[in-house]
Amino acid sequence: MSTSGTIPKQIEEMLVTHRRGFLKNAGLLAVSIGMFGAISEADAQSSNAAAGPGRYHDPDFHQIDSWIVIHENNTATFYVGTTDPGQGTGTCFRQLMSDELDIAFDKTTCIMGSTDITVDQVGSGGSNALERNSWPMRRVAAEARRVLLEMGSQRLGVPVDQLAVHDAVISVKTDPSKRVTYGELITGKKFNVSLTGNNINRITGRARTKSNPELKYTGQSIQRDDIPPKVDGSLKWAVDVKLPGMVHARNVKPPFACAKLTGIDESSVKRLPGFIKVLSKGNYVAVVCEREEQAIRAARQLKTTWKKPATSPFPSSEDLFNYIRSATPAAAAETVEVGNPDAAFSGAAKIIEAEYEIPFQGHTAFAGAHSLADPSNGQMTVYTNDMKSYSMRRGIASFLGMPHDSVRVIWMMGPQGFGRSAAEDAAFEAAWIAREMGRPVRMQWMREEETAWDTKGPAFLVKMRGVLDSDGSLIAYHFHARSCDYNHVGYNEPDTVLIAQLMGSRRARPAAGSAAMPSDMYAIPNRKMVGEVVGLPAVWETPLRTGNLRDPNGPQPTFAAESFIDEVAAAAKTDPLDFRMKMINARKDDDSGFRRARSIAVLKAAAEAYGWDSRPSPNPTGKGEILTGRGIAYAFRGHTVVAQIADVEVNRQTGHVRAKRLVCAHDCGLVVNPESLRHTIECCTLHGLSRALHEEVRFDTEKVTSQDWFSSPTLRHADIPERIDIVLVNGDPNPNRPDLPPYGAGEASLKPMLAAIGNAIYDATGVRIRRVPFRDDRVLAALKAAGA
Amino acid sequence: MSKIELKVNGRSHTLAIEPSTPLLYILRNDLDLRGPRFGCGLGQCGACKVIINGVAVFSCITPVSSVKGEITTLEGLSQNGRLDPVQQAWIEEQAPQCGFCQNGQIMTAKALLDKNPHPTDAQIRESMNGTLCRCMSYFRVQSAIKRAIKTMAESSPAAGEKVVA
Repeated sequence: MSTSGTIPKQIEEMLVTHRRGFLKNAGLLAVSIGMFGAISEADAQSSNAAAGPGRYHDPDFHQIDSWIVIHENNTATFYVGTTDPGQGTGTCFRQLMSDELDIAFDKTTCIMGSTDITVDQVGSGGSNALERNSWPMRRVAAEARRVLLEMGSQRLGVPVDQLAVHDAVISVKTDPSKRVTYGELITGKKFNVSLTGNNINRITGRARTKSNPELKYTGQSIQRDDIPPKVDGSLKWAVDVKLPGMVHARNVKPPFACAKLTGIDESSVKRLPGFIKVLSKGNYVAVVCEREEQAIRAARQLKTTWKKPATSPFPSSEDLFNYIRSATPAAAAETVEVGNPDAAFSGAAKIIEAEYEIPFQGHTAFAGAHSLADPSNGQMTVYTNDMKSYSMRRGIASFLGMPHDSVRVIWMMGPQGFGRSAAEDAAFEAAWIAREMGRPVRMQWMREEETAWDTKGPAFLVKMRGVLDSDGSLIAYHFHARSCDYNHVGYNEPDTVLIAQLMGSRRARPAAGSAAMPSDMYAIPNRKMVGEVVGLPAVWETPLRTGNLRDPNGPQPTFAAESFIDEVAAAAKTDPLDFRMKMINARKDDDSGFRRARSIAVLKAAAEAYGWDSRPSPNPTGKGEILTGRGIAYAFRGHTVVAQIADVEVNRQTGHVRAKRLVCAHDCGLVVNPESLRHTIECCTLHGLSRALHEEVRFDTEKVTSQDWFSSPTLRHADIPERIDIVLVNGDPNPNRPDLPPYGAGEASLKPMLAAIGNAIYDATGVRIRRVPFRDDRVLAALKAAGA
Repeated sequence: MSKIELKVNGRSHTLAIEPSTPLLYILRNDLDLRGPRFGCGLGQCGACKVIINGVAVFSCITPVSSVKGEITTLEGLSQNGRLDPVQQAWIEEQAPQCGFCQNGQIMTAKALLDKNPHPTDAQIRESMNGTLCRCMSYFRVQSAIKRAIKTMAESSPAAGEKVVA
């Protein structure tokens, strides 16, 4: 494949310098700008790397050449339209595509997420990498193999069915000395083969994909290709890009929500070393300096005056749930009703009621949002770690009023991205300032800015009621959620990114938000589930803007629903696992038993790995200061099913909760890379533990007061359980199905964690705490109130 | 503006720089190092850590003028093209997720093990507690430290003698 343009010097530099020393150290070779795997230096530059000045066209996903390049030395580069924020999906794509193409894994590399050189598969998100995005990759690789076999047939003069292919070498079955490599067949040419399918997820050729037993690399725990350069310091991250003439920008955020800028005193920073400019439009303010530390100082020192809004933008975090309780919903409720719940409640012998509170929780990326924007040649190149580079390209083009093909976004690695992080906001800001300055601009958010102003997962208030009949069965169930999610911001929307809001952009009809339902898995004959969204008084220019945070709206309803099931089991004096199993076994109406069978398999696997003995909760067994208990919870996320069991210790004197042991049983269908999957599940489980024990956005009536790692605590080394067991279950009714697909695994294991910990605290203490996080002071107060 | 001498990973540098500048920005922006990174700028997360005189310090809150001694960054841990046993253990255990914090994890662990080659689990948790990770790779990081302890003990001369005896 020919180079589609001249490679800009800085990209070339990135491509070349990245791998210094790395080959020696790790026996692997990797190239930057989202490129991982084995590739020679010449290949890196002769592949379609990156376009120089000129229009940035969308790579045509109907062409094999946009996805796969075979090099003369018989290696291959895969170009995929996703991003891997660190869960090893890039390695998984290589495994699957190497299998379909029939090439050795270590002869391949994968380039991800840069808009002018990789097709638009959205980027990452929604746990879709393997479940959805890997399919077009596989079908294209299978088609490329089919085309290469046809070319081999012509070259060798033998029909395709008499050819074998192994490690990118085609040979005649009856005479293996007659052979030709993929590289020899393609020799610098393109495939020039069109694919069919009206959207990228349907793209296909004529070849069929392999069945699971035919896959060789898939299913192996191949080491992640991004780890060695992350460990030896050679990886070039988005924060590491430097361009000639670049300058540094920092934001000056409003000191309180909805504040109106009334004055800027530029003389307060004018004489500072390196000072270049103050930029301002509406309520958006930024400073630009030559050096990074100068920009930080100038942003802190700039004197600005602001007018407070006439009314409070929100209640304080202490009053939040009273506010939600009495608020008028922003839209009509969403309701699901089965059986006749009202009748069941009216004639009930025993009604159990409970109310659960889940506060706003922050995305709180490990490092502040950042981006570098280069306005050279009247175009815009944006370097970002944002997981959705394609919508960023569209969003920035629209925000700046630039033609779509004048903007490109280059994805590079960065601090964890678990949803709609502030990485998007920083990129829009960098691009706007870069155009104003006519120079490359690096924007970086500071810690307090990130923690206070990033998007938040919505707070939930959930009321639950249930009817227990005389033989201990839950015969009616009422779930009523209110989420504080009005004006939920989407991805890279040019009218809702923070800079647009601060500059005065208002959408006539803000996004409605949502109040999700819990997984509906139990045989409860009469059930009613209601979801309502409420808004805070301030909708725009507020640090309490909501956006997708890992498993959006999953952990909150699941905390309520799976805690409530535990409460009902306790009221029925039944073991909480037995109680769940009985209701799952009785559920006969659900997709031919697919969900039922997998639920049972996962719960059984968790119980077996843990060594669960049947007994009702609570069961305080500890003596003296420390009480110990166990808790279980389970949930579906899409087709993935997860059961979590936690062992906790509760310190009666301090209220401190420590998880001693965690067991996660997990079924996400076909496992592409078991070790990488375990790693993902482990980290995701601990993210759930962090949200159960620590995470809560606090605010007064005008600003977010959680601003650093002390006022916004997160899980730490000291919190880590002594033992974590991850059990990979294949609970499919037919576990050896040759076509069992992979389902999403990036978020599911977090979903039941809040409830598992809450249930374990109850088991240990007999005290039910219906509010997360289970911070020491809250737990201690609950224990004291209950006299425990 | 002052003339500042710095020795980093065995190389000497002379820089004309404002003396109050945090070391982090000089390492990253003037010396082009990528190991130490900005995470909080407050000395709370550890992303910026470098080793000076055997101690892992927060370079984001260390004024360059206060540095006394040679600075080792993540890039400087490997010797003669061989990764440090701590780094090797990190790869074996596949410790990082996004990896952005791992500079802090590795540098803190390296300083700990240089000082105390056989820490207890409790000492590991305590020594690492100020080094944050938002991907929650903590369990793997602790496993990697335990692996490094083992491989370093096996390859040290003392261990060799023990085996012979």
